[in-house]
Amino acid sequence: MDLLSVSSTALYTAFFGYLLATFFFGATIRDKRTDQHRKKRTMERIAFSLTVAGFLAQLVYFITRWIASGHAPVSNMFEFVTFLGMALVLAFIILYAYYRLNFLGLFALPIAMIIIAYASMFPTEIAPLVPSLQSHWLYIHVTTVALGQGILGISFVVGLMYLIKVTDQSRRTKQNFWLEFVIYILFLVIGFVAITTTFNAMDYEATFEYSQGNNTVTTEYHLPPIAAPNGGTLITEGVMEPWFETPAWFQGEDAGRKFNTLIWSIIAGSIIYLAARLIFRKRIGATIQPLLRNIKADLLDEIEYRSVTIGFPVFTLGGLIFAAIWAEIAWGRFWGWDPKEVWALITWFFYAAYLHLRLSRGWHGEKSAWLAVIGFGIIMFNLIVVNLVMAGLHSYA
Amino acid sequence: MKEIKCECGHVNPIGTVLCESCGKPIEGNQHIDGNDKKRLLNMRYDGTARRSQTFNKTFIDKVWAFFSSVKVGVWLIVLALIASILGTIFPQEQYIPINAPNRDPAVFYEAQYGIFGLIYYQLGFHNLYSSVWYMILIALIGVSLVICSLDRFLPLYKALKIQKPKKHKTFLSRQRLYSESENVTDEELKLVKERLAKMRYDITEENGNLLAEKGRFSRWGPYVNHIGLIIILIAAILRMTPIFYFEEYVWVREGETTVIPGTDGEYYIENIDFIFDVHDDEKFAEALEKEGMVPSNYQTDLIVYRADTPLPGAEPELKPILEDSVQMNKPLEFDKFTIYQSGYQLNEFSSMTFAIQEKDNEENDFGSFTIDLTNPESEYELDNGFRVVIDQYYPDYYLDENGVPASETNYPRNPAFVFLVYPPDENAPEISFVGIGRNVDATGENNYKLGIQDFDMRDVSGLSVKYDRSLPFFGIGAAIFMIGVIQGMYWQHRRIWINPNNGKVLLAAHTNKNWFGIKKEIEIAIKDTNITMVEDQQELDKSS
Repeated sequence: MDLLSVSSTALYTAFFGYLLATFFFGATIRDKRTDQHRKKRTMERIAFSLTVAGFLAQLVYFITRWIASGHAPVSNMFEFVTFLGMALVLAFIILYAYYRLNFLGLFALPIAMIIIAYASMFPTEIAPLVPSLQSHWLYIHVTTVALGQGILGISFVVGLMYLIKVTDQSRRTKQNFWLEFVIYILFLVIGFVAITTTFNAMDYEATFEYSQGNNTVTTEYHLPPIAAPNGGTLITEGVMEPWFETPAWFQGEDAGRKFNTLIWSIIAGSIIYLAARLIFRKRIGATIQPLLRNIKADLLDEIEYRSVTIGFPVFTLGGLIFAAIWAEIAWGRFWGWDPKEVWALITWFFYAAYLHLRLSRGWHGEKSAWLAVIGFGIIMFNLIVVNLVMAGLHSYA
Repeated sequence: MKEIKCECGHVNPIGTVLCESCGKPIEGNQHIDGNDKKRLLNMRYDGTARRSQTFNKTFIDKVWAFFSSVKVGVWLIVLALIASILGTIFPQEQYIPINAPNRDPAVFYEAQYGIFGLIYYQLGFHNLYSSVWYMILIALIGVSLVICSLDRFLPLYKALKIQKPKKHKTFLSRQRLYSESENVTDEELKLVKERLAKMRYDITEENGNLLAEKGRFSRWGPYVNHIGLIIILIAAILRMTPIFYFEEYVWVREGETTVIPGTDGEYYIENIDFIFDVHDDEKFAEALEKEGMVPSNYQTDLIVYRADTPLPGAEPELKPILEDSVQMNKPLEFDKFTIYQSGYQLNEFSSMTFAIQEKDNEENDFGSFTIDLTNPESEYELDNGFRVVIDQYYPDYYLDENGVPASETNYPRNPAFVFLVYPPDENAPEISFVGIGRNVDATGENNYKLGIQDFDMRDVSGLSVKYDRSLPFFGIGAAIFMIGVIQGMYWQHRRIWINPNNGKVLLAAHTNKNWFGIKKEIEIAIKDTNITMVEDQQELDKSS
């Protein structure tokens, strides 16, 4: 077996490990009675061991892929997002070792799994590095950023748990609407993974041709075209005709294909979400809420704050300082107001504001939990929208 | 207003909220930290007297009070955040794509984004981050940093220095963690003390009153990191001056030597060779098939010269001072400058040689001439009497929207010419259009044609040459910032007070973060004693 297949097997193993661990963490919650205490401890140990085993498997993926490609596997969307999932798990392991909160596993691991599944929708073959990426700073900068974002990711997970726990679900309010909206977005990601996997398995392909500047370029859709590229002509025969064209003001490389994927994700995610609503007959937030009954809101609030205090310096170091050092070496300027850089600064501003707000009364608890959720939203925006939509120096994937 | 003497005997400065020594809330000042409306005391700055909360008479007092507010600081951060977002809606001027039909910002934004683009451009958002108002916003954050820190640091430092182990009962009972215990023996207290010391608490004891404290230095973290930020902001100002910052961009063609602009003719760069490599490793085959060609190396082999001009106006003498290669991610240093590999242009034509041939019999050759494309002459005369005049020269030929020949750039990437050929002793020229793969006889009556006999190509390397003496300041600022945030966030200031009071033992504790951690330590310290575990009096858990 060659190194790359070892690597991808290890990644599957890791994913499976996290999945099993989630079930075992779930099992610890059901047993509340004291006579079940011993059993609970066993479940807890199994769950945590599975998480660590999964993490080690992912480490094997990382190292073998590094050896196979000759560079740190953090150089494109698949590799980076996978690593972000791994960083989230690492952050979870560290915080779990301290707080021993089983619920955290029940929420953090699925989020990590969604992230890893999302990553594997991008091209997974090993790719060579362009000259600007050929530097040791690639792994120093990128891994530190991912670690910081992973730790901040925990504050999102815990903030979400806090909101699910405290939000009044007895009637419709602004709070539970927006909470449901955040949950819905997670469903969209799942929808994206589901629909992409389905059509990939079918080897679906539709090719378009369109002009870009003075050149004619082609793009391959792997999902049936609802939105064609702007000014594009379908050249594959026997596939669905597009319904409309992507508006011209959509920017970035291959905007039409990405817009089409977004539409499909919304359709698939909405169907899954509606199905879940039909099964549970109440908001998803309300469905999960009883699980969190026995957990102290105070403790959640504290873990959320602490993960920001731990993650913020790491993020600053990786996302701003190491980033600047590398930019100085590669481009001769440590700061250039490239969209990616600006959004790193925006993230930094946001968490700086969070940390200052925590000084005042009235910004603990619910408000602060919302901020933690929004903060991670900004990180994801920088990762997904800025890379894929805005043109800039970091558009690698 | 006068200084306030507390019942414990300590004299506090005006505006003190909690007595610096015993912590008793000082009457009339409780509104300052909002203690009048809450059960728990606000321990943010240990209830010290801050200038901003104390004086509010003169203009300076008001400015000081304004900028020392964390609320104002947060608002400034939020405004900077929103402003920064605005700048990413459309690309900034320097990031207008190279392949845009028209890169002039006055045209680009409206053409590309319609009315919103036009508004964006007119508001100056295409250069947002160098706009005056954005810089003012950042500067205001700087002012806020300084004033906030000064307002709090000194009083806090003083209060923590003179605090006493004996605290007023009100102070203790209004802490978040508090318990009262009875029947506590001296042995037990001694045990607790030893355990706390073992957990690396500093113990201060006075008449049986105990203060266990650790991690006080983490309280200075915010002030340290703010100093780091201030240094960074100062460095950014320094960088705007030519003493600290210099940058020039220079295109050098292979084989050419070019003066580095901005150095008063002191330095020259010669481009020996530009190297452009692509990946061809077997292991990347799949990715390469998908993505096409992926470059693996941009490199310029170059020589840097220093010019010695013995006499003003004389030809400079070039002395080589550096012969090396510069690559992407491997900049090159000489004297105070650093050279970066920043751009390239492959396969530019440097010269073309044309042969005059008989139109119907190319074997019949009437001689040839060579055009130096960077410096073409207007007329070439051959020994046999043929004369060729360059009527039009398109260095980078294309047909524009109206089908009219034009040049896309000024660089000879796809040269084309309209030649007027005067055969010997003829006054009426023949008109020929010649380009790469093109040879047009417009009138159809020509007897001669011009064929491309030979050409030379070369690459052009884009190098940026710069120095940035502000870098050490940025480095120091960033290092201090990191030390400050780590100091403030990875350690916590924990205090535990144990005070005997009317036969009872009062235990209270405070930490600036990680309450879970301090509770665990208290549990360990009071294990198997009569001291009651502290109760968490915070009220986030109303429901449970």
